[in-house]
Amino acid sequence: MTAYIIRRAIIGVIILILVTMIVFLFMRLLPGDPLIVYMAGYDINRVNSVGPAQYQAMLHFWGLDRPIPVQYIDWLGKIFRGDMGTSIKLQENISVLIAERMPRTAYIGIITFIIGTVGGIFVGIICALRRGSWMDNVLTTISNIGMTIPTFWLGILLMYFLAYKMGWLPTSGWTNPFEDFWMSTKQLIMPILSVALGSIAGMARLTRSCMLEVMRADYVRTAWAKGLQERVIVVRHQIKNAIIPIVTVLGGALGGILGGSVFIETVFAIPGMGRLMTTAIFDQDYQIVQAGVLLFGAIIIFSNLAVDIIWGWLDPRIRLA
Amino acid sequence: MAAVLDVQNLKTYFHTEYGLVKAVDGVSFQINQGEIVGLVGESGCGKSVSILSVMQLIPTPPGEIVDGKVLFEGDNLLQYKANGPQIRAIRGSKITMIFQEPMTSLNPVLTICRQLTESLELHLDMDRQAARERAIELLKMVGVPDAASRVDDYPHQFSGGMRQRVMIAMALSCNPMIIFADEPTTAVDVTTQAQLLELMKDLVTRQNASLVIVTHNLGVVARYAQRIYVMYAGRIVESGLSEDIFGHPHHPYTIGLLNSVPRLGEKHGTRKLVPIDGLPPDLINMPPTCAFLPRCTYKVEKCQKEPWPALRAVGDQHYISCYVDIREK
Amino acid sequence: MADDIEKTAKNSDAIGTAVAPPRHSEWRRISRVFFGRKLYAIGFAICVLLILVAIFAPWIATHDPLKTDLRHKLEQPSWTHLLGTDSVGRDTFSRIVYGTRTSLLIGFTAVFASAIIGTLMGLAAAYFGGWVFAIIMRFTDALMALPGIILVLLIAGLAGGGIPVVIFALGFGGIAGMCRMMCGQALSVKQNDYVLAGRAIGMSDWRMMLTQIFPNAFPPLMVGITMGIGGVVLGEAGLSFLGIGVMPPTPSWGGMVNNGQSYLLTNPILSLAPGVAIMLLVFGFNMLGDGVRDAVDPKLRGVL
Repeated sequence: MTAYIIRRAIIGVIILILVTMIVFLFMRLLPGDPLIVYMAGYDINRVNSVGPAQYQAMLHFWGLDRPIPVQYIDWLGKIFRGDMGTSIKLQENISVLIAERMPRTAYIGIITFIIGTVGGIFVGIICALRRGSWMDNVLTTISNIGMTIPTFWLGILLMYFLAYKMGWLPTSGWTNPFEDFWMSTKQLIMPILSVALGSIAGMARLTRSCMLEVMRADYVRTAWAKGLQERVIVVRHQIKNAIIPIVTVLGGALGGILGGSVFIETVFAIPGMGRLMTTAIFDQDYQIVQAGVLLFGAIIIFSNLAVDIIWGWLDPRIRLA
Repeated sequence: MAAVLDVQNLKTYFHTEYGLVKAVDGVSFQINQGEIVGLVGESGCGKSVSILSVMQLIPTPPGEIVDGKVLFEGDNLLQYKANGPQIRAIRGSKITMIFQEPMTSLNPVLTICRQLTESLELHLDMDRQAARERAIELLKMVGVPDAASRVDDYPHQFSGGMRQRVMIAMALSCNPMIIFADEPTTAVDVTTQAQLLELMKDLVTRQNASLVIVTHNLGVVARYAQRIYVMYAGRIVESGLSEDIFGHPHHPYTIGLLNSVPRLGEKHGTRKLVPIDGLPPDLINMPPTCAFLPRCTYKVEKCQKEPWPALRAVGDQHYISCYVDIREK
Repeated sequence: MADDIEKTAKNSDAIGTAVAPPRHSEWRRISRVFFGRKLYAIGFAICVLLILVAIFAPWIATHDPLKTDLRHKLEQPSWTHLLGTDSVGRDTFSRIVYGTRTSLLIGFTAVFASAIIGTLMGLAAAYFGGWVFAIIMRFTDALMALPGIILVLLIAGLAGGGIPVVIFALGFGGIAGMCRMMCGQALSVKQNDYVLAGRAIGMSDWRMMLTQIFPNAFPPLMVGITMGIGGVVLGEAGLSFLGIGVMPPTPSWGGMVNNGQSYLLTNPILSLAPGVAIMLLVFGFNMLGDGVRDAVDPKLRGVL
């Protein structure tokens, strides 16, 4: 199994490099030049007034006059030294920017992930065990509906009712939880709930099907034939087997949550990585987009790897292949 | 010999989207102490459902035990709730079952040791260490080589025959009185079949337990069973001692079955193999008359008018469900 | 009683020795499963309704969705404007009705595009194996390395938005999933003996793929497509919400939610109504997908 893990890790790194390369190329080939826009002070009308000499100087300063492959290698080299470059628009060191914003997105993301997966699995197990009962029907219908709700819309809906109408929660913003935990929590309830609901719905549906699949298995019948109690059978025989396919989608679930962060940060005005990426894409701020793609890609690949490891550990058929 | 298990008029029906399937429609049989009984019939005749009903392992949304009594140790088991404490106390300890598919009947994520010690800890109140040692003993008993180290392996690390031996060990672990074996050898090759059957007979005799072998393979029961019940379309059509069933079968179905299989010792070309004409009946739309009627070559006027015949004696412990008297063989 | 028995007995005897059980036709069974579950029938009805709304939009909408009317901006729902008007006086109800066209157009196009391309890739990978398989798998791995939203965001955002870009981005994002699914299906079908038999009688590669492998790998594809439409519509809504999807003034539900956010206190319906429309569409197609899956292969029930 160690060989399997190492191979997956290497492939992951290769893919990461591939992805960043593609994005690099893609961005350079696009119409529109962020440098000119920047130099014109982001004023469309002044674009033509940028002098060619000045432009060339800027180009050289940013290293954008070199051939693309050279630029890429240079960027890669800088990454290894921990230097993510500088934002063209914001004129700030990107590493600093990311260090500022990533923890916020991560904080929200991790809490949402835990609530989403634990909650979803719990609901799914209940639905499967009490299949056909009113509880199952209600929860499954809610899950089906939950999967159709657009995250950003749910955020707005919650904002309307809980913040505007009821005034219970602040409408938006971010506070450092270490400075004011209560305020921070109040501000984060709606964003987390908006993303978590979709997560819970999806996980519940999946867990329910995996459990039902397992409950039909022959070895469960053997367990009943041995005279074991339902409780024991559910935990030791059913959940232990059903959890395996469920774990394999956790990587994808994390990806979905990261994606959701993009919307939620926009709706609730949270200065996190998601917002940074969106604005950078609009401004065609190459450097930030590069760094962001690298970061998100790395997180996903890493979490997929972690999922593979956990899967291998849980399933003896893989562990002792 | 006292009857350890007395099943009376068992009826198990299934509610399907096509209609009500009468899988078991009035089956009665008795198991005596220390004997090996064969329950034979073709696919779909209700033999598996019968024994699953005794242990109340029928999935009850579609299935339902509609009628009957299962008398065991002076109690009617069917009066208790399925999966209730009384039934659970009996399952795995006094009445156990060996299933057909060793591949899928063992939990893939638990060690063999754990799967064996589960029953031991539950029914015999053993502690972990004692149960583990007993598990190793059991594995040795069923002929698993290198038992002490293999006990910690997982099912996928065993071959099919070995897995079935583990199932046998599990079934015998708490010294049960009755063991039901549902097509125990169908999924393994012929050589392993023979080994497993010898093993089962040996162990059962040693513990003085009763064994019920459910199978469609006449050869298996011929060699090992002392008494045989022949089932068709959810009912018993013939029952008796093994030598009577094979020596002078009386029911047209049994006769048909025996005519359609070759026998060792017969000279080549002496006898044609005659399959039974027609198909098994649709268990949803059963006519009130004898279910075998469409395929029977011995039928008489009476068969077409009267309902399904009740069992009547044609010899010592030999009963058939038929109106016809066959005075040959 | 005895007469009945006699009659039944005579009949069964007249039929002869074989009384085979009645064979229910496959289509009857499929429609019974499909419409038997109320939920699936509802989903089917919703989809049909939405398609009809999209087709007959000009007759259903009360106003021109693009016509601005600054004298009547930000009005509350009334009998003339069923859902009120937006910030430049356009009728919300009509915009939602026309938005159906946008959503369904993008939904169907993107999904079918990714289905066709993904299927071809998946079948090719499964059938040819070797380096073809390796390359295609690495490619899908790369595509799946980024969270879907980020990938789509990148493409749409960098290329400037607009319907064609959105279709391309969403379709591109869906290829990996379709490809993997079809490849998996084709691989398991490939094991079957009838494929071997086909090869034994000398069938060409393309023929094999088209006539043998594809029809049997088809059911999950149907499910993938119907489920995929919901996902694409949500994606398009998200992009439009962020401003890089469908460009104004074309009515798009996601864009409407965005525009309405500024007026949440006074005219909540501007943001909330389009969201309900999105939910309805996605729900309808998801239920349709579930129904198709259960009807076509009950073994898949609860798997996909």
